[in-house]
Amino acid sequence: MIPEELKDVAAQWQEQAGQYAHQVYVCTAAGCLSSNSDQVLESLQKEVKDRDLHEQCLVKGVGCMGLCAGGPLVAVQPDGVLYAHVTPEQAPAIVDALGDEPAADLEAIEADAPFYERQEPIALENCGRVDPESIEECIGADGYAALARCLTALSPTEVVNVISKSGLRGRGGAGYPTGLKWSTVEKARAERKFVVCNADEGDPGAFMDRSILEGDPHRILEGMAIAAYAVGADQGYVYIRAEYPLAIERLRKAIRQAKRMDLLGGDIMGSNFSFDIQLRLGAGAFVCGEETALMASIEGKRGTPRPRPPYPANYGLWGYPTLINNVETFANIGPILREGADWFAGIGTEKSKGTKVFALAGSVLNTGLIEVPMGTTLREIIFDIGGGIPDGRAFKAVQTGGPSGGCIPEQYLDVAVDYESLRELGSIMGSGGMIVMDETACMVDVAKFFMEFCRTESCGHCLPCRAGTPQMLGLLDRITRGEAVMRDLEMLEELCDLVRNTALCGLGQTAPNPVLSTLRYFRDEYLAHIEDRTCPAGKCKMRSTTEVNR
Amino acid sequence: MRVDLQNPEPPTDDPRWRSVRTAMRRHGHQPNALIETLHAVQESFGYLEEEALQYVAAGLRVPPSKVYGVATFYHFFTLKPKGEHTCVVCTGTACYIKGAPEILEAIEQEFGVGPDQTGEDGKLSVLTARCFGSCGLAPAATFDGEVAGKLTPEQAVSRIRRLMDDDS
Ligand SMILES: Cc1cc2nc3c(=O)[nH]c(=O)nc-3n(C[C@H](O)[C@H](O)[C@H](O)COP(=O)(O)O)c2cc1C
Ligand code: FES
Repeated sequence: MIPEELKDVAAQWQEQAGQYAHQVYVCTAAGCLSSNSDQVLESLQKEVKDRDLHEQCLVKGVGCMGLCAGGPLVAVQPDGVLYAHVTPEQAPAIVDALGDEPAADLEAIEADAPFYERQEPIALENCGRVDPESIEECIGADGYAALARCLTALSPTEVVNVISKSGLRGRGGAGYPTGLKWSTVEKARAERKFVVCNADEGDPGAFMDRSILEGDPHRILEGMAIAAYAVGADQGYVYIRAEYPLAIERLRKAIRQAKRMDLLGGDIMGSNFSFDIQLRLGAGAFVCGEETALMASIEGKRGTPRPRPPYPANYGLWGYPTLINNVETFANIGPILREGADWFAGIGTEKSKGTKVFALAGSVLNTGLIEVPMGTTLREIIFDIGGGIPDGRAFKAVQTGGPSGGCIPEQYLDVAVDYESLRELGSIMGSGGMIVMDETACMVDVAKFFMEFCRTESCGHCLPCRAGTPQMLGLLDRITRGEAVMRDLEMLEELCDLVRNTALCGLGQTAPNPVLSTLRYFRDEYLAHIEDRTCPAGKCKMRSTTEVNR
Repeated sequence: MRVDLQNPEPPTDDPRWRSVRTAMRRHGHQPNALIETLHAVQESFGYLEEEALQYVAAGLRVPPSKVYGVATFYHFFTLKPKGEHTCVVCTGTACYIKGAPEILEAIEQEFGVGPDQTGEDGKLSVLTARCFGSCGLAPAATFDGEVAGKLTPEQAVSRIRRLMDDDS
């Protein structure tokens, strides 16, 4: 396929889609699927078929529509109606109401509800709209157009310059400027170079990358191909968790489809640029999200990190320069090239451009997947988009950044979210997990949860992390049992400091963060556990004083 | 008898070895295919038994110690067979906050099988996982692969009881 043909495929698809008077989208992503959205899809398809409407009405399964709390979700276009909590039995009512007011007995969500109105989808722009298993449809939604433009109109250096100018920063956690990373790899001189997509998504409360891969896999392939063209790579890998079977299946299918259309493989779109992508499955090790461990794992070894420098950009897979970016980072590439660097740089804050996808969960009404401009405040995210705390409970803290992040209390809810502001608050942006906690959550227990995670996931390579995390966990455990004395708290703080400064990789260096941030804002809770042997939130089962004294 | 070092014979004539062999061949028997091959073994057999590790070591010409090292490093690989029924409880952040520990506790009390263990009679395995992506429905668990959300400890116990009862 050459670029002109790509336009034909897009036009063909748009025309075909235009023939349907109605389109019904059913969310078949993980959240909705666990409330049986597959049965909803089936019964809608059957209903439309039975009424002989299948030439006017298209029913299809799509990726995550965001409002997971309302699942199963069904959207009807062009009516702009969104139904929540749909059951298979409601299919006739939905079909009855096509082109009309929303069905009365169903729970319809207003299109201008704050949940959707405050969002600005870029990485998720096609998620929940296109059928992820149809490459024609993805092409119809501008897929691969940016790649075509790069190959025909831009030099590799020009592509790097667009990305640099856009101000895009890595969405995998650290926020490293993407353009700078690309330019380092571009400038490296070597026989071979690689591009790797980090889809390990280790944060144990986050599913942004998974939703993008399941809902719009072609966008990632396109982003990687553009990156490969820019830096001069001919081979790419997607390192994806084995725990995401649907995402793996969809990626495999997408790669096959793209190869068949000459959008991947040799001489892409008639140019002399060749790029192939293979999948590598992770095997359940959090540390493999760290870039040097990830590369070891792709090479078939134990996923142990190594000190940096040398950075992967200079010395990566099998010693060759390697570009590693996160899924969401790649998801932004197509739109930036399509709309221009200035457009992207016009969104967000001074230092953090564009949008960020968050997985909003915990004690919040509208749990789900959201994408907001950088600079949106935590209050807007949790109370306007998230709808606040359910069951009349009071907000206590929001956890961002997963095991490397921290808990942010009420008084900072009006802080505009970006990489710098969250770091100043003792947390990090991380990959986008955002867990809201109410008054029933115990902050010491939360710190313990993350420390337990880090202890299990420590790869054992360096001493501070291998020996430090069990020690810190032991101390936290004592505190939550009401068996600790003040000296234990001092020791915990000393250990935090030690591990933070001496561990080899990011896992160990950031493992103390959840403890440090809860100590910073909720020290009184630690003291209550130690001095009064009570858990203010009523979560921890404390040993009675007599037992302890015995 | 000549032993083909590059392509050793599978330990048994079980047809499931074929997919393992294919995985190795697809990667040209390169040592870096180790993790991919172990995935193929686990997918076919459910776990990694010792003779499989030996076979993979020979097929990829990787020292058995290294194969064992990799197999034990990654949590996803298991060296023991799973029970007839599997319950996976999500212990991701959202599910933890919303009561996953209580679910695990209830299951252990009722069936005597703790987290990441298999009962002595080989009937039930209780596993833990980090985030299913169903955080909106926390706490979540799967019962023989079927996801269920907003679980109470009692519901979890009765779901497992139903799986076990279906057998008898
Ligand atoms: C312990 C640890 C775990 C990590 N896990 C992930 C992960 O799951 N996904 C990810 O994209 N980056 C993860 N990272 C960050 C990567 O090392 C790397 O910075 C990132 O993939 C670079 O991509 P970006 O520049 O697009 O953000 C992790 C880092 C550390 C230290
Ligand atoms: S934390 Fe359990 S599904 Fe996400």
